[in-house]
Amino acid sequence: METSSPLQETVLAEFHVAHGARMVPFAGWNMPVQYADGIKAEHLATRQGAGLFDVSHMAQVWLQGDGADAMLEALTPTDVAGIAEGRVRYSMFLNETGGVLDDLMIARLDGMLQLVVNAGRADHDIAHLEANLGDEVEMSVRRERALLALQGPEAPAVLNRLGVDLHGFYFMQVGHFEIAGIPCIVTRSGYTGEDGFEISMPAEAAGELAARLLADEAVSLAGLGARDTLRLEAGLPLWGHELDETINPVAAGLRFALSKRRREAADFPGAGPILEDFATGAPRLLTGLLPQGGRPVRDGAELALNGEIVGHVTSGGFAPSLDAPAALGFVEAALAAPGTTLMAVARGRETPVITAALPLVPHRYIRG
Amino acid sequence: MLRYTEDHEWINLDGDTGSVGISPHAIEQLGDIVFVELPEAGSTVSKGESVAVFESVKAASDIYSPASGEITEVNEALLDDLSSITPERAHQCWLFRIKVDDSGELAEMMDEDAYKAMIA
Repeated sequence: METSSPLQETVLAEFHVAHGARMVPFAGWNMPVQYADGIKAEHLATRQGAGLFDVSHMAQVWLQGDGADAMLEALTPTDVAGIAEGRVRYSMFLNETGGVLDDLMIARLDGMLQLVVNAGRADHDIAHLEANLGDEVEMSVRRERALLALQGPEAPAVLNRLGVDLHGFYFMQVGHFEIAGIPCIVTRSGYTGEDGFEISMPAEAAGELAARLLADEAVSLAGLGARDTLRLEAGLPLWGHELDETINPVAAGLRFALSKRRREAADFPGAGPILEDFATGAPRLLTGLLPQGGRPVRDGAELALNGEIVGHVTSGGFAPSLDAPAALGFVEAALAAPGTTLMAVARGRETPVITAALPLVPHRYIRG
Repeated sequence: MLRYTEDHEWINLDGDTGSVGISPHAIEQLGDIVFVELPEAGSTVSKGESVAVFESVKAASDIYSPASGEITEVNEALLDDLSSITPERAHQCWLFRIKVDDSGELAEMMDEDAYKAMIA
Protein backbone atom coordinates (compact mmCIF):
# COMPACT_ATOMS: atom_id res chain seq x y z
CA MET A 1 0.00 0.00 0.00
CA GLU A 2 2.65 2.43 1.10
CA THR A 3 4.90 1.61 -1.82
CA SER A 4 2.28 2.47 -4.43
CA SER A 5 1.60 5.97 -3.08
CA PRO A 6 3.87 8.79 -4.25
CA LEU A 7 6.92 9.38 -2.09
CA GLN A 8 6.96 12.35 0.23
CA GLU A 9 9.95 14.67 0.16
CA THR A 10 11.54 16.75 2.87
CA VAL A 11 12.17 20.43 2.21
CA LEU A 12 15.84 19.53 1.63
CA ALA A 13 15.30 17.04 -1.24
CA GLU A 14 16.87 19.35 -3.83
CA PHE A 15 19.72 20.20 -1.47
CA HIS A 16 20.53 16.49 -1.15
CA VAL A 17 20.53 15.88 -4.91
CA ALA A 18 22.67 19.01 -5.46
CA HIS A 19 25.19 17.53 -2.99
CA GLY A 20 25.46 14.20 -4.82
CA ALA A 21 22.95 12.17 -2.84
CA ARG A 22 21.65 8.84 -4.02
CA MET A 23 17.95 9.05 -3.18
CA VAL A 24 15.99 5.93 -2.21
CA PRO A 25 12.48 5.24 -0.95
CA PHE A 26 12.42 4.88 2.83
CA ALA A 27 9.24 4.60 4.90
CA GLY A 28 7.27 6.41 2.21
CA TRP A 29 9.86 9.17 1.82
CA ASN A 30 12.42 9.90 -0.89
CA MET A 31 15.58 10.12 1.23
CA PRO A 32 19.37 10.29 0.75
CA VAL A 33 20.87 6.87 1.54
CA GLN A 34 24.36 8.21 0.87
CA TYR A 35 26.25 11.04 -0.79
CA ALA A 36 29.21 10.79 -3.16
CA ASP A 37 31.77 9.74 -0.52
CA GLY A 38 29.78 6.68 0.49
CA ILE A 39 28.49 5.17 3.70
CA LYS A 40 31.86 4.24 5.23
CA ALA A 41 33.34 7.70 4.76
CA GLU A 42 30.20 9.40 6.08
CA HIS A 43 30.12 7.11 9.09
CA LEU A 44 33.77 7.75 9.97
CA ALA A 45 33.39 11.49 9.38
CA THR A 46 30.57 11.47 11.94
CA ARG A 47 32.61 9.55 14.52
CA GLN A 48 35.66 11.80 13.95
CA GLY A 49 34.08 15.19 13.22
CA ALA A 50 30.40 15.87 12.74
CA GLY A 51 27.80 14.35 10.43
CA LEU A 52 24.81 16.32 9.24
CA PHE A 53 21.65 14.25 8.67
CA ASP A 54 18.26 15.33 7.38
CA VAL A 55 15.77 13.57 9.63
CA SER A 56 12.79 15.70 8.66
CA HIS A 57 10.93 12.53 7.66
CA MET A 58 10.38 11.83 11.33
CA ALA A 59 7.15 13.36 12.64
CA GLN A 60 7.21 16.14 15.22
CA VAL A 61 4.04 16.02 17.29
CA TRP A 62 3.25 18.54 20.01
CA LEU A 63 0.81 17.95 22.87
CA GLN A 64 -0.49 20.87 24.88
CA GLY A 65 -2.87 21.05 27.80
CA ASP A 66 -3.34 19.83 31.33
CA GLY A 67 -4.14 16.27 30.31
CA ALA A 68 -1.03 15.71 28.17
CA ASP A 69 1.09 14.03 30.85
CA ALA A 70 -1.67 11.63 31.87
CA MET A 71 -2.49 10.86 28.26
CA LEU A 72 1.10 9.85 27.43
CA GLU A 73 1.47 7.94 30.68
CA ALA A 74 -1.52 5.82 29.64
CA LEU A 75 0.38 4.79 26.47
CA THR A 76 3.99 4.49 27.69
CA PRO A 77 6.01 3.19 30.67
CA THR A 78 7.57 6.63 31.14
CA ASP A 79 7.27 8.89 34.17
CA VAL A 80 6.08 11.70 31.92
CA ALA A 81 5.03 13.85 34.86
CA GLY A 82 8.61 13.57 36.05
CA ILE A 83 10.09 15.07 32.87
CA ALA A 84 11.15 18.54 33.96
CA GLU A 85 10.97 21.59 31.71
CA GLY A 86 13.99 21.48 29.40
CA ARG A 87 14.46 17.70 29.62
CA VAL A 88 14.12 14.84 27.10
CA ARG A 89 13.26 11.15 27.66
CA TYR A 90 13.42 8.12 25.42
CA SER A 91 10.05 6.35 25.50
CA MET A 92 7.86 3.85 23.68
CA PHE A 93 4.21 3.24 22.92
CA LEU A 94 3.29 -0.20 24.29
CA ASN A 95 0.48 -2.64 23.54
CA GLU A 96 -1.37 -4.80 26.05
CA THR A 97 0.87 -7.81 25.47
CA GLY A 98 3.97 -5.79 26.29
CA GLY A 99 5.08 -5.31 22.68
CA VAL A 100 6.39 -2.03 21.32
CA LEU A 101 4.18 -0.08 18.89
CA ASP A 102 6.96 2.45 18.29
CA ASP A 103 9.75 4.17 20.15
CA LEU A 104 9.91 7.94 20.47
CA MET A 105 11.50 10.92 22.16
CA ILE A 106 9.52 13.13 24.54
CA ALA A 107 10.79 16.62 25.36
CA ARG A 108 9.16 19.16 27.64
CA LEU A 109 9.57 22.73 26.41
CA ASP A 110 7.46 25.81 27.03
CA GLY A 111 5.16 23.69 29.15
CA MET A 112 4.20 21.38 26.31
CA LEU A 113 5.31 17.89 25.33
CA GLN A 114 7.18 17.68 22.03
CA LEU A 115 7.38 14.20 20.53
CA VAL A 116 9.52 12.87 17.71
CA VAL A 117 8.31 9.57 16.23
CA ASN A 118 9.65 7.30 13.49
CA ALA A 119 8.71 8.16 9.90
CA GLY A 120 7.55 4.64 9.12
CA ARG A 121 5.24 4.63 12.16
CA ALA A 122 4.09 8.25 12.04
CA ASP A 123 0.64 7.51 10.59
CA HIS A 124 0.14 4.74 13.12
CA ASP A 125 1.36 6.83 16.05
CA ILE A 126 -0.70 9.89 15.16
CA ALA A 127 -3.85 7.74 14.87
CA HIS A 128 -2.94 6.08 18.18
CA LEU A 129 -2.55 9.46 19.87
CA GLU A 130 -5.78 10.76 18.32
CA ALA A 131 -7.70 7.70 19.50
CA ASN A 132 -6.40 8.28 23.02
CA LEU A 133 -6.53 12.06 23.03
CA GLY A 134 -7.21 13.41 26.51
CA ASP A 135 -10.08 15.81 27.16
CA GLU A 136 -7.91 18.83 27.65
CA VAL A 137 -5.15 18.00 25.20
CA GLU A 138 -4.48 19.72 21.92
CA MET A 139 -2.36 17.79 19.45
CA SER A 140 -0.59 19.30 16.47
CA VAL A 141 1.60 17.59 13.88
CA ARG A 142 4.31 20.07 12.99
CA ARG A 143 4.87 19.26 9.33
CA GLU A 144 5.83 22.90 8.81
CA ARG A 145 9.03 22.17 10.73
CA ALA A 146 12.17 20.40 9.52
CA LEU A 147 14.59 18.35 11.64
CA LEU A 148 18.36 18.11 11.24
CA ALA A 149 20.72 15.95 13.28
CA LEU A 150 24.28 17.15 13.83
CA GLN A 151 26.18 14.26 15.36
CA GLY A 152 29.78 13.70 16.38
CA PRO A 153 32.49 14.97 18.71
CA GLU A 154 32.91 18.24 16.81
CA ALA A 155 29.19 19.06 16.87
CA PRO A 156 29.35 21.37 19.93
CA ALA A 157 32.27 23.33 18.47
CA VAL A 158 30.38 23.72 15.19
CA LEU A 159 27.40 25.23 17.02
CA ASN A 160 29.74 27.43 19.08
CA ARG A 161 31.18 28.83 15.86
CA LEU A 162 27.65 29.72 14.75
CA GLY A 163 27.06 31.74 17.87
CA VAL A 164 25.50 29.14 20.17
CA ASP A 165 26.39 29.11 23.88
CA LEU A 166 26.01 25.53 25.08
CA HIS A 167 27.05 26.25 28.66
CA GLY A 168 24.97 24.08 31.00
CA PHE A 169 23.31 22.24 28.12
CA TYR A 170 23.94 18.49 28.27
CA PHE A 171 22.75 15.09 26.98
CA MET A 172 18.95 14.77 26.95
CA GLN A 173 18.21 18.45 27.44
CA VAL A 174 16.10 20.65 25.17
CA GLY A 175 16.05 24.40 24.68
CA HIS A 176 15.59 27.33 22.34
CA PHE A 177 18.74 28.46 20.54
CA GLU A 178 19.48 30.81 17.69
CA ILE A 179 21.86 29.12 15.26
CA ALA A 180 23.32 31.51 12.68
CA GLY A 181 20.42 33.78 13.56
CA ILE A 182 17.76 31.11 12.90
CA PRO A 183 15.43 30.33 15.84
CA CYS A 184 15.68 26.60 16.57
CA ILE A 185 14.52 24.07 19.13
CA VAL A 186 17.54 21.95 19.96
CA THR A 187 17.86 18.70 21.89
CA ARG A 188 21.26 17.34 22.85
CA SER A 189 20.50 13.82 21.68
CA GLY A 190 20.67 11.63 18.63
CA TYR A 191 20.86 8.09 17.42
CA THR A 192 24.51 7.54 16.60
CA GLY A 193 26.04 6.95 20.05
CA GLU A 194 27.95 10.22 19.67
CA ASP A 195 27.47 13.55 21.34
CA GLY A 196 25.26 15.66 19.13
CA PHE A 197 22.11 17.58 18.56
CA GLU A 198 18.74 17.30 16.89
CA ILE A 199 17.69 20.67 15.58
CA SER A 200 14.08 21.55 14.78
CA MET A 201 13.37 24.70 12.79
CA PRO A 202 10.78 26.18 10.47
CA ALA A 203 11.06 24.22 7.21
CA GLU A 204 11.69 27.36 5.18
CA ALA A 205 14.89 27.99 7.18
CA ALA A 206 16.25 24.43 6.82
CA GLY A 207 18.12 25.04 3.56
CA GLU A 208 19.95 28.02 4.97
CA LEU A 209 20.79 26.31 8.24
CA ALA A 210 21.99 23.15 6.47
CA ALA A 211 24.23 25.28 4.23
CA ARG A 212 25.63 27.22 7.20
CA LEU A 213 26.37 24.00 9.11
CA LEU A 214 27.92 22.35 6.07
CA ALA A 215 30.15 25.39 5.48
CA ASP A 216 32.02 24.41 8.66
CA GLU A 217 34.93 22.20 7.64
CA ALA A 218 34.26 19.77 10.51
CA VAL A 219 30.84 18.91 9.04
CA SER A 220 30.11 16.23 6.43
CA LEU A 221 26.75 15.28 5.00
CA ALA A 222 25.65 11.80 6.04
CA GLY A 223 22.74 9.75 4.74
CA LEU A 224 20.45 7.07 6.06
CA GLY A 225 23.04 4.38 5.30
CA ALA A 226 25.53 5.89 7.74
CA ARG A 227 22.75 6.59 10.22
CA ASP A 228 22.02 2.86 10.21
CA THR A 229 25.64 1.70 10.61
CA LEU A 230 26.20 4.25 13.39
CA ARG A 231 23.14 3.19 15.38
CA LEU A 232 23.98 -0.48 14.82
CA GLU A 233 27.46 -0.02 16.36
CA ALA A 234 25.86 1.98 19.18
CA GLY A 235 23.46 -0.93 19.84
CA LEU A 236 20.41 1.33 19.47
CA PRO A 237 17.24 -0.50 18.45
CA LEU A 238 15.42 0.27 15.22
CA TRP A 239 11.67 -0.31 15.13
CA GLY A 240 10.81 -3.12 12.72
CA HIS A 241 14.11 -4.82 13.55
CA GLU A 242 14.99 -4.86 17.26
CA LEU A 243 11.54 -3.58 18.29
CA ASP A 244 8.04 -4.50 17.17
CA GLU A 245 4.60 -5.39 18.54
CA THR A 246 5.87 -8.79 19.69
CA ILE A 247 9.13 -7.68 21.30
CA ASN A 248 9.13 -6.73 24.96
CA PRO A 249 11.39 -3.81 25.97
CA VAL A 250 13.20 -5.93 28.57
CA ALA A 251 14.29 -8.35 25.83
CA ALA A 252 15.47 -5.40 23.74
CA GLY A 253 17.72 -4.13 26.53
CA LEU A 254 15.53 -1.15 27.38
CA ARG A 255 15.07 -1.64 31.14
CA PHE A 256 16.25 1.93 31.64
CA ALA A 257 13.18 3.18 29.76
CA LEU A 258 10.79 1.62 32.32
CA SER A 259 10.45 4.40 34.88
CA LYS A 260 10.65 3.37 38.55
CA ARG A 261 7.36 5.05 39.50
CA ARG A 262 5.56 3.37 36.61
CA ARG A 263 7.02 -0.04 37.46
CA GLU A 264 5.92 0.32 41.07
CA ALA A 265 2.44 1.39 39.99
CA ALA A 266 2.35 -1.31 37.25
CA ASP A 267 -0.12 0.92 35.41
CA PHE A 268 1.16 0.95 31.81
CA PRO A 269 0.02 -1.15 28.83
CA GLY A 270 1.52 -4.62 28.99
CA ALA A 271 2.76 -4.09 32.56
CA GLY A 272 2.02 -7.73 33.46
CA PRO A 273 4.27 -9.48 30.96
CA ILE A 274 6.88 -6.70 30.97
CA LEU A 275 7.28 -6.64 34.75
CA GLU A 276 7.47 -10.43 34.82
CA ASP A 277 10.40 -10.30 32.41
CA PHE A 278 11.84 -7.36 34.34
CA ALA A 279 11.90 -9.51 37.50
CA THR A 280 12.94 -12.88 36.08
CA GLY A 281 14.68 -11.95 32.82
CA ALA A 282 13.44 -12.25 29.26
CA PRO A 283 13.74 -15.66 27.57
CA ARG A 284 15.65 -14.07 24.68
CA LEU A 285 17.90 -11.03 24.84
CA LEU A 286 19.26 -8.56 22.32
CA THR A 287 22.98 -8.95 21.87
CA GLY A 288 25.75 -7.73 19.63
CA LEU A 289 27.13 -10.22 17.12
CA LEU A 290 30.58 -10.17 15.54
CA PRO A 291 30.67 -12.31 12.37
CA GLN A 292 33.97 -14.09 11.82
CA GLY A 293 35.80 -14.31 8.48
CA GLY A 294 34.76 -11.03 6.93
CA ARG A 295 31.34 -11.92 5.54
CA PRO A 296 28.48 -9.83 6.97
CA VAL A 297 25.33 -11.53 8.24
CA ARG A 298 22.01 -9.89 7.54
CA ASP A 299 18.59 -9.34 9.04
CA GLY A 300 16.63 -12.61 9.07
CA ALA A 301 19.53 -15.05 9.36
CA GLU A 302 18.92 -17.73 11.97
CA LEU A 303 21.36 -18.33 14.80
CA ALA A 304 22.15 -21.93 15.63
CA LEU A 305 24.12 -23.81 18.25
CA ASN A 306 24.91 -27.46 17.57
CA GLY A 307 22.29 -27.45 14.83
CA GLU A 308 19.52 -26.10 17.05
CA ILE A 309 17.98 -22.67 16.37
CA VAL A 310 18.65 -20.43 19.38
CA GLY A 311 17.96 -16.98 17.93
CA HIS A 312 17.94 -14.77 14.88
CA VAL A 313 19.65 -11.71 13.43
CA THR A 314 17.59 -8.49 13.41
CA SER A 315 20.08 -6.07 11.81
CA GLY A 316 23.38 -6.79 10.17
CA GLY A 317 25.93 -5.20 7.95
CA PHE A 318 29.33 -3.65 8.16
CA ALA A 319 30.64 -1.59 11.07
CA PRO A 320 33.07 0.99 9.66
CA SER A 321 34.45 1.96 13.09
CA LEU A 322 35.30 -1.69 13.78
CA ASP A 323 36.39 -2.21 10.16
CA ALA A 324 34.52 -5.51 10.35
CA PRO A 325 31.03 -6.88 9.95
CA ALA A 326 28.64 -6.50 12.88
CA ALA A 327 25.07 -7.42 13.67
CA LEU A 328 22.36 -7.35 16.31
CA GLY A 329 20.11 -10.24 17.18
CA PHE A 330 18.03 -11.99 19.79
CA VAL A 331 19.43 -15.14 21.37
CA GLU A 332 18.33 -17.38 24.21
CA ALA A 333 19.22 -15.65 27.47
CA ALA A 334 21.62 -18.37 28.61
CA LEU A 335 23.69 -17.85 25.44
CA ALA A 336 23.58 -14.05 25.36
CA ALA A 337 26.69 -13.57 27.48
CA PRO A 338 29.58 -12.11 25.47
CA GLY A 339 31.92 -14.61 23.88
CA THR A 340 29.48 -17.34 22.82
CA THR A 341 30.16 -18.69 19.34
CA LEU A 342 27.00 -19.34 17.30
CA MET A 343 26.42 -20.12 13.64
CA ALA A 344 24.46 -17.66 11.53
CA VAL A 345 22.62 -19.55 8.81
CA ALA A 346 21.26 -17.85 5.70
CA ARG A 347 21.03 -18.69 2.04
CA GLY A 348 22.48 -22.12 2.76
CA ARG A 349 25.66 -20.58 4.16
CA GLU A 350 26.98 -20.76 7.68
CA THR A 351 28.96 -17.91 9.22
CA PRO A 352 30.37 -18.18 12.75
CA VAL A 353 29.42 -15.22 14.93
CA ILE A 354 30.56 -14.34 18.45
CA THR A 355 28.17 -12.63 20.86
CA ALA A 356 29.40 -9.26 22.12
CA ALA A 357 28.23 -6.73 24.70
CA LEU A 358 26.34 -3.67 23.50
CA PRO A 359 27.21 -1.05 22.55
CA LEU A 360 29.81 -2.40 20.13
CA VAL A 361 31.34 1.10 20.00
CA PRO A 362 31.20 3.06 23.28
CA HIS A 363 28.68 5.88 23.60
CA ARG A 364 30.24 9.31 23.97
CA TYR A 365 27.37 11.37 25.33
CA ILE A 366 28.22 14.52 27.29
CA ARG A 367 26.29 14.37 30.54
CA GLY A 368 25.95 17.23 33.01
CA MET B 1 34.50 -9.70 -27.68
CA LEU B 2 32.95 -7.80 -24.76
CA ARG B 3 29.40 -8.67 -23.77
CA TYR B 4 27.10 -7.78 -20.88
CA THR B 5 24.26 -9.47 -19.03
CA GLU B 6 21.09 -7.82 -17.78
CA ASP B 7 22.44 -8.46 -14.28
CA HIS B 8 25.41 -6.16 -14.98
CA GLU B 9 28.15 -8.75 -15.41
CA TRP B 10 30.59 -8.37 -18.28
CA ILE B 11 32.49 -11.12 -20.10
CA ASN B 12 35.44 -10.45 -22.34
CA LEU B 13 35.98 -13.44 -24.59
CA ASP B 14 39.41 -14.28 -26.02
CA GLY B 15 39.25 -17.52 -28.00
CA ASP B 16 37.10 -19.87 -25.94
CA THR B 17 38.01 -18.34 -22.57
CA GLY B 18 36.39 -15.26 -21.11
CA SER B 19 37.25 -12.97 -18.20
CA VAL B 20 34.22 -12.03 -16.10
CA GLY B 21 33.59 -8.99 -13.95
CA ILE B 22 30.86 -6.53 -13.04
CA SER B 23 30.10 -3.26 -14.75
CA PRO B 24 31.11 0.22 -13.58
CA HIS B 25 27.41 0.91 -13.05
CA ALA B 26 27.06 -2.14 -10.80
CA ILE B 27 30.11 -1.17 -8.74
CA GLU B 28 28.74 2.34 -8.32
CA GLN B 29 25.35 1.04 -7.24
CA LEU B 30 26.86 -1.35 -4.68
CA GLY B 31 28.68 1.42 -2.83
CA ASP B 32 31.42 0.40 -0.40
CA ILE B 33 32.30 -3.25 -1.04
CA VAL B 34 33.20 -5.01 2.22
CA PHE B 35 33.41 -8.69 1.26
CA VAL B 36 33.72 -10.70 -1.94
CA GLU B 37 33.32 -14.44 -2.36
CA LEU B 38 34.78 -15.92 -5.54
CA PRO B 39 34.10 -19.33 -7.10
CA GLU B 40 36.59 -22.19 -7.03
CA ALA B 41 38.87 -22.82 -9.97
CA GLY B 42 38.03 -26.10 -11.67
CA SER B 43 34.31 -25.93 -10.94
CA THR B 44 31.77 -26.33 -13.70
CA VAL B 45 28.99 -23.75 -13.79
CA SER B 46 25.85 -23.09 -15.79
CA LYS B 47 24.84 -19.84 -17.39
CA GLY B 48 22.82 -17.80 -14.89
CA GLU B 49 24.14 -19.74 -11.89
CA SER B 50 25.17 -17.72 -8.83
CA VAL B 51 28.97 -18.04 -8.76
CA ALA B 52 30.18 -15.15 -6.61
CA VAL B 53 28.85 -12.75 -3.98
CA PHE B 54 29.57 -9.08 -3.42
CA GLU B 55 28.67 -7.76 0.00
CA SER B 56 28.33 -4.02 0.40
CA VAL B 57 27.67 -2.17 3.65
CA LYS B 58 23.94 -2.52 3.14
CA ALA B 59 23.30 -5.66 1.11
CA ALA B 60 24.54 -8.87 -0.51
CA SER B 61 24.47 -9.16 -4.30
CA ASP B 62 24.83 -12.38 -6.26
CA ILE B 63 27.03 -12.47 -9.33
CA TYR B 64 25.75 -14.82 -12.02
CA SER B 65 27.86 -16.62 -14.58
CA PRO B 66 27.32 -15.09 -18.03
CA ALA B 67 28.03 -18.45 -19.67
CA SER B 68 28.17 -22.17 -19.07
CA GLY B 69 31.60 -23.69 -18.79
CA GLU B 70 34.54 -24.46 -16.54
CA ILE B 71 36.14 -21.89 -14.27
CA THR B 72 39.83 -21.99 -15.08
CA GLU B 73 41.25 -19.19 -12.97
CA VAL B 74 40.16 -16.99 -10.07
CA ASN B 75 41.48 -13.49 -9.29
CA GLU B 76 42.38 -14.00 -5.63
CA ALA B 77 44.54 -10.85 -5.70
CA LEU B 78 41.34 -8.83 -5.91
CA LEU B 79 40.54 -9.83 -2.32
CA ASP B 80 43.70 -8.18 -0.97
CA ASP B 81 42.31 -4.70 -1.44
CA LEU B 82 38.57 -4.43 -1.95
CA SER B 83 38.82 -0.63 -2.13
CA SER B 84 40.60 -1.11 -5.48
CA ILE B 85 37.26 -2.24 -6.94
CA THR B 86 36.04 1.07 -8.35
CA PRO B 87 33.84 1.99 -11.32
CA GLU B 88 36.92 3.36 -13.10
CA ARG B 89 38.74 0.02 -12.74
CA ALA B 90 35.72 -2.19 -13.44
CA HIS B 91 37.26 -3.80 -16.52
CA GLN B 92 40.58 -4.56 -14.81
CA CYS B 93 38.75 -6.11 -11.85
CA TRP B 94 38.04 -9.49 -13.37
CA LEU B 95 36.69 -12.06 -10.91
CA PHE B 96 37.34 -15.29 -12.74
CA ARG B 97 38.11 -16.76 -16.15
CA ILE B 98 35.80 -19.31 -17.71
CA LYS B 99 36.31 -21.73 -20.60
CA VAL B 100 32.92 -21.42 -22.23
CA ASP B 101 31.05 -24.41 -23.65
CA ASP B 102 29.43 -22.49 -26.48
CA SER B 103 30.95 -19.16 -27.48
CA GLY B 104 28.13 -18.77 -30.00
CA GLU B 105 25.62 -18.01 -27.25
CA LEU B 106 27.65 -14.95 -26.22
CA ALA B 107 27.03 -13.28 -29.56
CA GLU B 108 23.38 -12.96 -28.58
CA MET B 109 24.25 -10.94 -25.47
CA MET B 110 24.36 -7.14 -25.17
CA ASP B 111 27.38 -5.32 -26.52
CA GLU B 112 28.68 -2.14 -24.89
CA ASP B 113 26.21 0.13 -26.72
CA ALA B 114 23.20 -2.04 -25.93
CA TYR B 115 24.22 -2.28 -22.27
CA LYS B 116 24.71 1.46 -21.98
CA ALA B 117 21.28 1.98 -23.50
CA MET B 118 19.81 -0.40 -20.94
CA ILE B 119 21.20 1.47 -17.91
CA ALA B 120 20.63 4.95 -19.34
